[in-house]
Amino acid sequence: MTPPQRRRRQPRPQPSASPPAPGAPPPEGEKKNPERLYVIGGGDADGERAELDLVTLIVARADDPPASATPEQAAVLRLCSAPLSVAELSAYLNLPFSVVTVLLTELLTTGLVHARAPIVRQKVADRSLLEAVMHGLQRL
Amino acid sequence: MDFKDSDRIPGPRTEDRLPHTAEAAVKIVIVGGFGVGKTTMVGSVSEIRPLTTEETMTQAGIGVDDDFGSASKTATTVAMDFGRISITDELVLYLFGTPGQERFWFLWNGLFEGALGAVVLVDTRRLEVSFDVMGRLEERGVPFVVAVNSFPDAPRYPLPELRTALDLPEEVPILECDVRRRASSRDVLMTLMRFLHALALTGAPV
Repeated sequence: MTPPQRRRRQPRPQPSASPPAPGAPPPEGEKKNPERLYVIGGGDADGERAELDLVTLIVARADDPPASATPEQAAVLRLCSAPLSVAELSAYLNLPFSVVTVLLTELLTTGLVHARAPIVRQKVADRSLLEAVMHGLQRL
Repeated sequence: MDFKDSDRIPGPRTEDRLPHTAEAAVKIVIVGGFGVGKTTMVGSVSEIRPLTTEETMTQAGIGVDDDFGSASKTATTVAMDFGRISITDELVLYLFGTPGQERFWFLWNGLFEGALGAVVLVDTRRLEVSFDVMGRLEERGVPFVVAVNSFPDAPRYPLPELRTALDLPEEVPILECDVRRRASSRDVLMTLMRFLHALALTGAPV
């Protein structure tokens, strides 16, 4: 019996900045500073909704919720007494991810929680990060 | 959910709490067709009992839908299972098992942003259900490895034959696994990490 046959696809140009063609000289000023494969992302709370990833870690800034906190906010603050990802918050609160991000945006704006930004993939590698993950997996 | 008594909201068990030193997290996404073992794989390596997060989406977001329902249906909920592995006191790895059905791909915009890479889990009884998922990853430039979950009653093909059938480039790893076993699931993740590391060494844009 022969397995069914697939045909591979090519990367589609992404709306964000695409890498220069291999072999093409880098534009002036970019030669000495190759981008890292991973950067600490986020930190941009200028928009209406904070840039929150599923794996952004959230930590409450105080031990007890202020009296002014809504029940939903108090629930988030209690859960985040230790760092917790947005995905875990969504799971424990039984709320959709987008609802949790709205709740968190309020709490970030009022300074009641702190967001520890996720590490996101960039174009060129941070090998030490990959090696750290490998070492961690080897201990499993 | 009733939030009036927020003390009652179940949170992580004491042993499931991350240390305060946890500074950053990375994620890997496990994709594949329905019933191929994604949740089993997440559960076999996760240090916490797998959790479920969900997202509500509108009909417009579903896009290419076929039989999803009548015109009156305007919103639905998509669930994702995930687990967690503490790498160091500062670094945490999350594993997401995403639904493979085409109508849920809109979610990937949020899910794949920043993921280190992906594991494509395939079942040789239904190899073709993984074709489109791989194509989507290729189009998005998300590096992936292919893990063949060995079901006892599934047809067995030599890996080179599967590589040809899946039209995988030579450098993309493909391996057999039993996702019920932690060591086997860990080997799949290690294979992905070594692949990403090799890509990093060549400096190739991934």
